[in-house]
Amino acid sequence: MSKESVAVVGIGQTKHVAARRDVSIAGLVREAARCALDDAELTWADIEAVVIGKAPDFFEGVMMPELYLADALGAVGKPLLRVHTAGSVGGSTALVAANLVASRVHGTVLTLAFEKQSESNAMWGLSLPIPFQQPLLAGAGGFFAPHVRAYMRRSGAPDTVGSLVAYKDRRNALKNPCAHLHEHDITLEKVQASPMLWDPIRYSETCPSSDGACAMVLTDRAGAARAPRPPAWMLGGAMRSEPTLFAGKDFVSPQAGKDCAADVYRQAGIADPRRDIDAVEMYVPFSWYEPMWLENLGFADEGEGWKLTEAGVTELDGDLPVNMSGGVLSANPIGASGMIRFAEAALQVRGQAGEHQVEGVRRVLGHAYGGGSQFFSMWLVGAQLPDS
Amino acid sequence: MPEVLKAPLVVEFPFTRSVGPVQSAFLTGLRERVVLGVRTRDGRTLVPPVEYDPVTAEEIRDLVEVAPTGAVTTWAWNHEPRRGQPLDTPFAWVLVRLDGADTALLHALDAPGPDAVRTGMRVRVRWAGERHGSITDIACFEPYDDAADHTAVDEPTAHDGQFENTIDGIVAPARLDYTYSPGRAQTAYIEALSERRTVGERCPSCRKVYVPPRGACPTCGVATYEQVEVGPRGTVTTYCIVNIKAKNLDIEVPYVYAHIALDGADLALHGRIAGIPYDQVRMGLRVEPVWTKGARHPDHYRPTGEPDAEYDTYKELL
Repeated sequence: MSKESVAVVGIGQTKHVAARRDVSIAGLVREAARCALDDAELTWADIEAVVIGKAPDFFEGVMMPELYLADALGAVGKPLLRVHTAGSVGGSTALVAANLVASRVHGTVLTLAFEKQSESNAMWGLSLPIPFQQPLLAGAGGFFAPHVRAYMRRSGAPDTVGSLVAYKDRRNALKNPCAHLHEHDITLEKVQASPMLWDPIRYSETCPSSDGACAMVLTDRAGAARAPRPPAWMLGGAMRSEPTLFAGKDFVSPQAGKDCAADVYRQAGIADPRRDIDAVEMYVPFSWYEPMWLENLGFADEGEGWKLTEAGVTELDGDLPVNMSGGVLSANPIGASGMIRFAEAALQVRGQAGEHQVEGVRRVLGHAYGGGSQFFSMWLVGAQLPDS
Repeated sequence: MPEVLKAPLVVEFPFTRSVGPVQSAFLTGLRERVVLGVRTRDGRTLVPPVEYDPVTAEEIRDLVEVAPTGAVTTWAWNHEPRRGQPLDTPFAWVLVRLDGADTALLHALDAPGPDAVRTGMRVRVRWAGERHGSITDIACFEPYDDAADHTAVDEPTAHDGQFENTIDGIVAPARLDYTYSPGRAQTAYIEALSERRTVGERCPSCRKVYVPPRGACPTCGVATYEQVEVGPRGTVTTYCIVNIKAKNLDIEVPYVYAHIALDGADLALHGRIAGIPYDQVRMGLRVEPVWTKGARHPDHYRPTGEPDAEYDTYKELL
């Protein structure tokens, strides 16, 4: 039996902010779920299963939060699953939900991812003092900055490229009401003048810490036929993993990322991603990851990604817009960030992205990664039903 | 085989938690010696209250006050109270359905022994002397002989949930106690370090040398036993300059955090570079460890003075 086609018919996000002290975690996820149901014009009773994701439990100190979110998400009497793949979790969560529809286990599934970073301590959760081990000498930025330097050496990219990405994403965020950072007075000079934290990464080239949630309603062809607004169709989706550290690991362009993209393109019949894909929402927590992922995802040859960024190709009005929403650089509720990429890709092909809509996009890639560049999840969504 | 190392590892952190409007009213009410529940649309009264109806998923905001008395619906005797539990003498964990409520609240019952506890027994709240807006504002429950004054039915009464100085958040400490063991391979590595030697393990299948060793090759999935001494010299494969001071590290910024491939190792480990101005560190720099007395790990690495390694010799280790 062939797979069922999967459609996104409802999308909801909270306004991402530094701290949502007015709501509990239940209240936060409820907001996003409610928006997604309203978008799909469905009720809780229409949902057959709920799949949720967030970053590791110790980020917020709530063990298995799914246990107490069942009533907030209308999941009583239904399957409620949690997915757990570090920073890529928002993407993998959406894919697990999509697979439930594709396999005809369920007709309509609610998927949601969230993080309340203001009530968490991600840095601490990631660097517990393990006996006998040398303490870590740097935070998350210090983990990724040496890989950025390796990319610069390998590609010959000028050191100005990172600031261009940050300047672009923060301007895109001004058109996205859900983005956390709205820096109305942003200039390229301000990005370039921001303090160097983990050289070569500047303060303005790093993501913020946000509270937020994102939800989607996924359904089959019958559900899509009843949807009040145009659906986004899943054309391909894949996940790949590899160890954090191993001899021969390529941190600049991990094999798992290449394999994951290749699988998605094969499913979707994409021969040349640069030609066949119109825009990308990619997981860029540090600005230099835009050119790095452009290469890893096959949009540019090795060593050439930065040239696309430098030439303005990835701008909102460029030939291959990247992070129209402002990206992770403009809102980072960690557990939700991957799903936001997937949802923003779907918003674009549905023509529902508002002020940051790119006209005429037919196929958009959503991308997430996590851990030590070791978990990858991606989907390609399109405006048209596959094979039609 | 030498004994495998072990050490205690305590993970503890005070997490903050925003409680939302319903729990805010509930916790603030406890501070004022008022027990609040919520009323669902079909007329059930839920205590403790929830934000969303467990049956219909509807948002619930109708607060009601219930009595501080009720009946035990089930219980379990706790012989040995642990740190942080409500009472420090043996007590019963009880589910109490307060008069007027349709659901039960988990708390502690102060009773002389398990023989004094039974399902259906009447209990009442014993308020804590000092109350701050927390479930521990109920110190515990206590047996309550109310044959004389108990009215048959206590109807919950509507409450507006309005209090002064509401509780909007709580601090929820989390603590985990582990006994940590680094395992056989890392124990051997750590013990060699005490002799200032760096010993990795070679995979019998792909022949790659892992430092520190994990006892298994992550790509081949086979156990590793062959010990290989590497270093002490190595090459900086890549690095960053850290300009922000880490909370628990006594290192002056800026400093260089580098990936160092020790000679003979097939992946880089991480270390600090010193003995050279931070802005003169470069990829390919040849370095050696600098030890301080009694330290388990090299304090930092310093330049050896050798010519830099060619990019091609370490590009696979990036």
